[in-house]
Amino acid sequence: MEARTLRFEAALLSMDRVLCRSLLQEAMGEERQLEGIEHLLGPALAHIGDRWEAGELALTQVYMGGRICEDLLADLCPTSSTPVAGGPRIGVGVLLDQHQLGKRIVASSLRSCGFQVLDYGQGLEPLELARLARKDQVPILMVSVLMLNSALRLRELREALGEGPERPRLVVGGAPFRFNPRLWQEVGADAVGQTGVDAVAIAQRLLEESCAP
Amino acid sequence: MCAMTSAQRVFTTLSHQEPDRVPLALNLVLRGARELGLSIRDYFSDPANVVEAQLRLQQRFRSDVLFGFFHAALEYEAWGGEVVFTEDGPPNSGAPVLGSHQPLSSLRLPELAASKGLLKVLQAIEAMKARVGDEVPILGVAVSPYSLPVLQLGFDRYIELLLGDRAEFWTLMEQNIAFCQSWANAQLAAGASAIVYFDPLASPTLVPRSLYQDTGFQVAQRTFAGLKGPTVTLLASGRSLGVLDDLAATGTLGVGVSCDEDLAQIKAACRGRLCVIGNLNGLAMVDWSPAEAERQVKAALAQAGPGGGFILCDTHGEIPWWVPDDTLMALGEAVQTWGRYPLVGAEAHA
Ligand code: B12
Repeated sequence: MEARTLRFEAALLSMDRVLCRSLLQEAMGEERQLEGIEHLLGPALAHIGDRWEAGELALTQVYMGGRICEDLLADLCPTSSTPVAGGPRIGVGVLLDQHQLGKRIVASSLRSCGFQVLDYGQGLEPLELARLARKDQVPILMVSVLMLNSALRLRELREALGEGPERPRLVVGGAPFRFNPRLWQEVGADAVGQTGVDAVAIAQRLLEESCAP
Repeated sequence: MCAMTSAQRVFTTLSHQEPDRVPLALNLVLRGARELGLSIRDYFSDPANVVEAQLRLQQRFRSDVLFGFFHAALEYEAWGGEVVFTEDGPPNSGAPVLGSHQPLSSLRLPELAASKGLLKVLQAIEAMKARVGDEVPILGVAVSPYSLPVLQLGFDRYIELLLGDRAEFWTLMEQNIAFCQSWANAQLAAGASAIVYFDPLASPTLVPRSLYQDTGFQVAQRTFAGLKGPTVTLLASGRSLGVLDDLAATGTLGVGVSCDEDLAQIKAACRGRLCVIGNLNGLAMVDWSPAEAERQVKAALAQAGPGGGFILCDTHGEIPWWVPDDTLMALGEAVQTWGRYPLVGAEAHA
């Protein structure tokens, strides 16, 4: 990783918003705005996610890292010129459970990396969430769950998303998937993420695949 | 060694001696509904159901403890939240007790006597105690004052409070400590032998150690100072290695540990001061065959059994609804076969 990215990561972890801001401004000044952002925020958040998965960092740090990036972006990039306005659209929601933290981490990571997030909320029934995603024609739907029985009901959601190249790809995550590595396939998902920041790499991969001839 | 009662077995291992065999702790709370052919909501509506079913299941699957536990969302309900029931999973909490714009000061300390759900748990513990006497230990469960705010405020708001406003945090903790002490002491008075202090936020998976030391660690010390019985601390499958010294310093007797970490390493770090409780992966267990269950039990016994100070349990402290009966049966049998002290056979499998 570049030295500046490492400094940015350290600043995120110590929640030094002032330093984060000046490093981001520096990167945006040197490169084209969007690339500056992509080269700094994406790798720093991904590294924080990897370190959480390895047991080196705590969830409070992952969450605050995402929050700070999201705030900085909203602050430094006026809406009209942000990548956010024109980036690919991704639907996110929590199936059945009310617990939103996983979804918030997913959403702030995606927003920090230029995606446009349609937040469908939490406590959603499978058919309702599928209907929303199809109506908006999002290419990707990201769903978080907390409980195993909620995870198992993703099968209903997957079925309701339908078939064919136009259907939204289903990406899942949450504690049950971290402890049971087979579960995502059992519920028919297209991909699974171990941390919320994985959402970015997965979205990029799925979008590339769908563009490939 | 002649057979011990379950209580002797558990207390011997808690004092870091080898009992006749490794004790098994299976929390089969939800399975009780299936046992009686009731919906989960109906099952929990009458404490007599829970008592009847838990006693049957404890004997069938040869667990050495009884859990006087319904579900964590009952505490959330006592604070004013609305529990969500399903047909195939634990009752869950709905939206946080406080709406995002409601100030912390609007949380009101609940009175136990007015919390119908909690009173049912106390009745169940009393009835279990009347049935098993001193033969089988009954574990009460209390969500820690430090972890409960996830349900009171929502996790995101709680993290921001924890990092942003220490004075408000401590004001909230004052109330939560008082609640936890009265709830845990009532369970002890009803007949619980010890309290499971359910504190996943003590885990470095969720909160960095330095922050825990400044906050949750002190909360645990203050809470335990007012308890009239012993505790074990469960981290709900969060990691423990970074905070074992701190947990031991709270005075808790044991720690529920994660399947994400090396059990032998944990055992070495806990030896003589914390009883290791764990660490079968309940969520993977859903797919285990009986043979896989036996293999997993043998591996755990070999890593953490020698010397006592080990209770075989799942990594979370509750067996999911979807785990097959055959798997659980095999698990109980494997402990009977391979868990006798001095341990032989299990070692070879490590
Ligand atoms: C803290 C905790 C608690 C706390 C707070 C719970 C809460 N948040 O509501 C307390 C003590 C109150 C508690 C209680 C209970 N808990 Co609990 N708890 C945990 C613990 C340790 C962490 C959960 C958490 O909030 N993590 C923080 C969030 C953000 O993490 P996460 O959702 O996993 O998200 C991360 C990744 O998965 C990923 N991610 C999430 N979503 C998505 C989506 C996409 C698309 C992607 C790419 C990534 C992604 O990103 C995040 C990190 O970056 C877990 C075990 C664990 N180690 O994870 C058990 C766990 C969630 N609990 C569990 C259970 C069963 C319960 C209870 C039902 C117990 C009971 N019978 O009462 C109650 C229910 C409480 C309620 N909500 O009503 C089970 C659930 C699975 C199951 N068996 O069904 C777990 C998994 C434990 C286990 N190993 O079995 N619990």
